[in-house]
Amino acid sequence: MEFLVASAIGTMTAGGVYLLLRLRTFPVILGLALLSYAVNVFLFSSGRLAIDMSPILSKYGEATYTDPLPQALVLTAIVISFGMTAVLVMISLGAFLESDTDRIDIDPTDTDEDAAK
Amino acid sequence: MNTSGNVLFLIALLPFVGALVPGLMIRAGRNACASFTAAPTAIALILLLTYAPAVLNGEVIQAEVMWLPQLGLSVSFFLDGLGLLFACMILGVGLLITLYARFYLSGDDPVGQFYTYLLLFQGAMLGIVISDNILLLLVFWELTSLSSFLLIGYWKHLPEGRQGARMALTVTGAGGLAMIGGMLILGNIAGSYNLTDILQAGDAIRASEWYLPALILILLGAFTKSAQFPFHFWLPHAMAAPTPVSAYLHSATMVKAGVFLMARMWPVLSGTDAWFYIVATTGLITMVLGALIALFKDDLKALLAFSTVSHLGLLTMLLGFGTEAAAVAAVFHIINHLTFKAALFMTAGIIDHETHTRDIKRLGGLRHLMPITFVIGTVAALSMAGIPLFNGFLSKEMMLEEASHTSWAASHYAVPVMATIGALLSVAYSLRFIKHVFLGPVRDDYPAKPHDPPFGLWAAPALLVILVVLIGVMPFLADGIVAAAASAVTGADLDPHLKIWHGVTPALYMSVIAVVGGAVLLMLHAPLDKAWIKAPRPEAKAIFDRLIAACVAMTRSVTEVTHNGAISRYLAIFTVSSVALGAIAFAGGGLSEPTRDMLPVPAIIAVGWVMLVVATISVVTMHHHRFRALVLIGIIGLSISAGFVYMSAPDLALTQISVETVTIMLLLLALHFLPKETPKESPLSLKIRDGIIAVTAGAGVGGLAFAFMQRDVSTISSYHIANSYEGGGGTNVVNVILVDFRGYDTYGEIIVLGIAGMLIYALMQSLLEGPAARRLRNANYANDRSKDRHPLMMVVVTRVLMPIALMVGIYIFLRGHNQPGGGFVAGLVVAIALLMQYMASGFAWTQDRQRIEYHTLIGFGVIIAGVTGAGAWVFDAPFLTSSYTYVHLPPIEEFELATAMLFDLGVFLTVLGAVMLMLYSLSRIARYAGTTVNVDPMDFDPSSRAEDNSEAR
Repeated sequence: MEFLVASAIGTMTAGGVYLLLRLRTFPVILGLALLSYAVNVFLFSSGRLAIDMSPILSKYGEATYTDPLPQALVLTAIVISFGMTAVLVMISLGAFLESDTDRIDIDPTDTDEDAAK
Repeated sequence: MNTSGNVLFLIALLPFVGALVPGLMIRAGRNACASFTAAPTAIALILLLTYAPAVLNGEVIQAEVMWLPQLGLSVSFFLDGLGLLFACMILGVGLLITLYARFYLSGDDPVGQFYTYLLLFQGAMLGIVISDNILLLLVFWELTSLSSFLLIGYWKHLPEGRQGARMALTVTGAGGLAMIGGMLILGNIAGSYNLTDILQAGDAIRASEWYLPALILILLGAFTKSAQFPFHFWLPHAMAAPTPVSAYLHSATMVKAGVFLMARMWPVLSGTDAWFYIVATTGLITMVLGALIALFKDDLKALLAFSTVSHLGLLTMLLGFGTEAAAVAAVFHIINHLTFKAALFMTAGIIDHETHTRDIKRLGGLRHLMPITFVIGTVAALSMAGIPLFNGFLSKEMMLEEASHTSWAASHYAVPVMATIGALLSVAYSLRFIKHVFLGPVRDDYPAKPHDPPFGLWAAPALLVILVVLIGVMPFLADGIVAAAASAVTGADLDPHLKIWHGVTPALYMSVIAVVGGAVLLMLHAPLDKAWIKAPRPEAKAIFDRLIAACVAMTRSVTEVTHNGAISRYLAIFTVSSVALGAIAFAGGGLSEPTRDMLPVPAIIAVGWVMLVVATISVVTMHHHRFRALVLIGIIGLSISAGFVYMSAPDLALTQISVETVTIMLLLLALHFLPKETPKESPLSLKIRDGIIAVTAGAGVGGLAFAFMQRDVSTISSYHIANSYEGGGGTNVVNVILVDFRGYDTYGEIIVLGIAGMLIYALMQSLLEGPAARRLRNANYANDRSKDRHPLMMVVVTRVLMPIALMVGIYIFLRGHNQPGGGFVAGLVVAIALLMQYMASGFAWTQDRQRIEYHTLIGFGVIIAGVTGAGAWVFDAPFLTSSYTYVHLPPIEEFELATAMLFDLGVFLTVLGAVMLMLYSLSRIARYAGTTVNVDPMDFDPSSRAEDNSEAR
């Protein structure tokens, strides 16, 4: 089980990084989404894996629970990463609408001197 | 012996407070500005003088307020003899300069600015000399660099002014940085950053192995500030400043800050060989070199600048000698140099002002035309030359006396001979100043017709010259302050008696040689000048410029490789370095044996894993088809939610699944306006490179996670589980952590989310006012548009679903404290319920029915959460302390009321508002993209059709 989770994290990270290195905005956003999945699951896994041990206190005496702290951190991380994705989407959309291209790199010929003019 | 001196705070503060006034009343005219500059200066000076009797009696005035005790930084001031001497100089000369500048500057200059800068500088300089904390001293030290930058570059239209200001800032700023290092070492050795403590720890500091680095670093700061060789070059270039600035900063105060610091640190740092050889030698070289260059400078101010360099060298050398008598001479010469050099600078300013030139070769014969200026200038210059009955003579004699019995590396002649040469050159350039400017025939080719300036302009130098003569004739007048300051420098109780006649001593012979030799040298000036001009000399500014250019070229070459405008390159560099750092850390740590057994893998989980991995790989291979990639991303997110369910994280599963929904909606909305395909433009080599980077990063992260999950570590979670119910009143530990244990984090996070929402709204707003709006109007999206945009079935279903979805949201919110759920999830669920309406019936229709603005929701959410947290203050508890109780109302089950729930309500509202605002902003674009506004909820409304039919009938 641990191996499956670790390999899933690794696969998502690799996919995320590869897409992050593409040259257009949309793949970069997708890559970032993949990378946030990977990071969230990674953080979650730092609490170690546990089956049927939800951190909901039982009414029926002693029970063991999984580590609740990483879950709490990941919960807010999921919501924040949505906010981040949204801002990024907005910026890339704005860039596309303003410049009519969704390339992420500045044209090498487009130097500071040109901008100053 | 120590007296409390809270007035010191006022004295230190006055210039800074006063600095606000002239800058604000920039149009009020020169008189008003000058008066409001003089007022705080004069008040500070009077307050300072009330302490003078006590300080002259050997008392030390102290005042302290802790500022950042964790750093050892306190606002503490102290006033001893040395501080008093410098503070009087700064404020006294400040007053004179204020008066002088009033008449010197023209009405066209922004005078208010000038006085503001001047007061800022004055405050900073005053801070240096009365700081008791070396960190505070460093702050003021940097402030003097900055304010002097502003003053030197005051005439912004002059390129020399700007370049000189930049050079001064670079040199003194770099020295200041070095000094920070030295001061921190010093504080570390002494165990305190308070000067009074450090001054007691002299033996420990000199014995420390860190003594030499600290000494060199501090001296770098002092030498750059006081323009010592080889850093002397900035001072002449700073002469592009208006003359009042040169007179104030570059003769009287700022350049003496380095000397002050060496004097201040004298009990701690001096007395070693390293101190003697570094400080005395540097001073000696600077003294001779400065005097030599001064002799051949034709610009009056450049002559005076190099003469200042030379005299600063003299002071440095005296402090370097490390004897008490030399310290007395240094302190006395500080006073004397101040009086004659400031007067000389003002004289040069007057000449420049009246004749419109400072070139000595174009001057001469001014004694008939400007008799008052002639008297002032001559007296001051004679004092600079060291002619008896003027104060310069006295301290120069003392210097020569000290030099005459100082041996340098076993040579008894090196120092005395060099000192005599320095004095000789000094006589030569001083006499040259008199002879070539004032004496000689009257010329008829001055650029302007010279005459004496108004009283206001010559009053200040005249006052200084009176001091020159007074001290020169009656040196005992200065006994008190020199004794107090020299005692403060050396730490010993000194009682020097200043006299004119010391009998026939070696110093007298040296003095006579210097005066006669100087006069002879001046007679030979014309041929020597020709030779000097022909001789090759290193030009400091050219060297400096080349050095700066080389630095710029180097940094630019690094920047252009790593920061060339290609984000993919930065990201690649970032990823590779992160992976490399991780690998290094991993290699250094070593790995213990696994302590956990692996959990079994049920078949259903294996299927989910395959789905996730295949989807991820497919996203990568198919990302050119953006829509397909988006669908695949959805699959990945859902698989992860399922995984969370299986692995005991119901809250995460709920959050993930609802965030997934809104994320996909968001991306779909965005994709509508973006190209639907990504062009294939990466060459194969780039793909391979990125593939290698990606696989390495993935393997690293995966391996790390795998290693991590197999080993146990101790965590703080048991505390949370144990106290969740008793302390927080809830059984859902994750929710209790969010709203209670770590409520502060959550509070910050909802604010961030709210800001993100506002940011998106603002971006959209500005976008729709720019060229993007035009582009949108002209774009043709008709082909993308569905023929059935608001289908009947969907409208009906979403309408029916709305109350159910809201109910679910409220339910999830209410149970959150004890069962999976809570504000975050509830906010997302309700947001989805609302979004369905937008999707089904369109933007305009839904917008018409919106009652509360989403901004308002965010605001209320943050306020409710904040007020709930602050409510704890009423009960004397820290921010966000929660409280709960169980209530039993007869018809329903016993239920819980907790303040944490109110906090969760804030979270709920903020999440709802932020998510809605983000998606709403995006969908607003559609309005600009030519979408027709629909008034009806659906494309085909059977009920309205029925009415139409009935009317028709």
